[in-house]
Amino acid sequence: MQVRFKIAMASLAGSVALSFAGFASAQEITGAGATFPAPVYSKWAAEYNKATGVKINYQSVGSGAGIKQIDSKTVDFGASDMPQTDEVLKSKGQMQFPAVIGGTVPVVNIKGIAPGQLKLTGAVLGDIFLGKITKWNDAALVALNPGVALPDAAITTVHRADGSGTTFNFTNYLSRVHPEWKEKVGEGTAVNWPSGSGGKGNEGVATFVNRLPNSIGYVEYAYVKQSKMTYALLKNRDGVFVAPSDTAFAAAAAGADWNKSFYQLITDQPGKEAWPISTATFILMHTKQDKPANATEVFKFFNWAYKNGAKIADDLDYVPLPAPVVASIEKAWGQVTDAAGKPVAIK
Amino acid sequence: MTTPPRPKAARSGPVFDRIFAWLAKGSAIFTLVMLIAILASLTISAWPAIAKYGLGFLTSTTWDPVKEDFGGLVMIYGTVMTSFIALLIAVPVSFGIALFLTELSPAWLKRPLGTAIELLAAVPSIVYGMWGLLVFSPVLSTYVQQPLQAAFGDVPYIGALFSGAPVGIGILSAGIILAIMIIPFIAAVMRDVFEVTPTLLKESAYGLGATTWEVVSKVVLPYTKSGVVGGIMLGLGRAIGETMAVTFVIGNFNQLDSLSLFQAANSITSALANEFAEAGEGLHQGALMYLGLVLFFITFVILSLSKLLLSQLRKNEGAKS
Repeated sequence: MQVRFKIAMASLAGSVALSFAGFASAQEITGAGATFPAPVYSKWAAEYNKATGVKINYQSVGSGAGIKQIDSKTVDFGASDMPQTDEVLKSKGQMQFPAVIGGTVPVVNIKGIAPGQLKLTGAVLGDIFLGKITKWNDAALVALNPGVALPDAAITTVHRADGSGTTFNFTNYLSRVHPEWKEKVGEGTAVNWPSGSGGKGNEGVATFVNRLPNSIGYVEYAYVKQSKMTYALLKNRDGVFVAPSDTAFAAAAAGADWNKSFYQLITDQPGKEAWPISTATFILMHTKQDKPANATEVFKFFNWAYKNGAKIADDLDYVPLPAPVVASIEKAWGQVTDAAGKPVAIK
Repeated sequence: MTTPPRPKAARSGPVFDRIFAWLAKGSAIFTLVMLIAILASLTISAWPAIAKYGLGFLTSTTWDPVKEDFGGLVMIYGTVMTSFIALLIAVPVSFGIALFLTELSPAWLKRPLGTAIELLAAVPSIVYGMWGLLVFSPVLSTYVQQPLQAAFGDVPYIGALFSGAPVGIGILSAGIILAIMIIPFIAAVMRDVFEVTPTLLKESAYGLGATTWEVVSKVVLPYTKSGVVGGIMLGLGRAIGETMAVTFVIGNFNQLDSLSLFQAANSITSALANEFAEAGEGLHQGALMYLGLVLFFITFVILSLSKLLLSQLRKNEGAKS
């Protein structure tokens, strides 16, 4: 009696485990990482699930955590706002490809200043965040903004308190255009800020800037648009003052040479229309797959997203990748193989 | 007459007794093992930072993730200072609340007031944080910081305490928010222990002509002191460990150049919550873990001090009688 019971339990447990395994490998893919593209990934995943029945489970835990999770193979793909250099990828046995493009935008809260009215350059922006320019009516700001009534008020700077790809993007731009910034602060997902206070997340920075008079901060473009914040114009590499927009981010992406490597930081790019603090966000995968079927599902998902996800991306204020870039990404997928070295199926 | 045989059902078998004893013992030991395991895993993860900085970590104010140079003094100061301000405000207020509820309040008000205070303890901390940022800090800035700056701005030393951008974010607002959060805990514990003071003792004191204050200070407080200290420690523990509410109002800025109460600062828990997800392998993570270990240590020291205080109080009691 007891023996029979045990056998019954064992077979029951076995079949439960089997059905779970079957479910997990064929129908559910997990990814983790960057918070910046999380809204568009989730929306894509929801639509993809409707179209194909395959479930994509994306955890927006932050770029750093995403890199850790893909390193330890707990997820099928990692996501990072900060591209990894080709050497690092090679040593880890991973590959990366861009998924979508966005931008980081300086926002201000000054009484009487409308969105797009304030003009800034990289040098002035760096000086403000370094604490060298401390008042809105500083000579440098007045010279850039003739005819704009700038108040005699102290500038409060607001930055991201949590480590983030947005901060990396912003500090990477300042490091490229401001030698002193590069030397004193540098670039990273979290840096040693010389001044100001920190808000948690894009919404935290947005709240601080909206709350604190005479403040300046930086958030990703979607937040500027959705909460109608006062953005500033930035002077790009070609010397043109541009406003942040989808076309301005796409122009910046067009300037990069995606054929050579996907390690592209698209800040301070040439081009009359290019927004200087643009960014691509990346997907990381192992080149040798223990579960090739899962890799195939990941590729199918992104293939679908590149083809059918442009409208969703647009609606959420992200910029879809240009067609030639997509072509070279799908070519690069060929380097992902199963344990035996055979390339995994892409479609 | 022979004693009647005991009814069997009423007595649980010795087997159950033994199992229960094991379970109870096991739970107690399990807690201890967990504690040691947490301490060990914290130390191991913090090792890169401990090996590199040693105790110098506790006195250095640099926190530079880009150049990988870490020191914890800013966060340690923030945690200790905000908790201190919180206690400074919360203890007298809670004492007043408990005193009113047990000794002075008319009977019909006791219940609704007591429930209201207990409800405050159930408000999630993020709500306090958002309220602090959106509602409280503008008020603090307009009606406290700016007048103080206007009055003392030019006075040396004192003026420095109130310097900083007039935004109402920093050590003081974090401390006040924490105080509001821990008041219900301390007040509830104090009220409960005040209530267990035997009526006989209080009535006798009143009978001898003591005033309410004399009854509270000479009878109730000595009788309940370990409970009172316990309640304060409970509140302090919550203040030290609180994360979300502090993150919102402390400003999250690593600096100790100015000791101003209104300057943005950072606390251990806030730094951990903000930076952990994106911290790189190795030193940055190690430094954050080291901070966690320091927090563990601070809590341990405070608990030990409170035990010491209690035993000291007990000894004095023996000397008097």
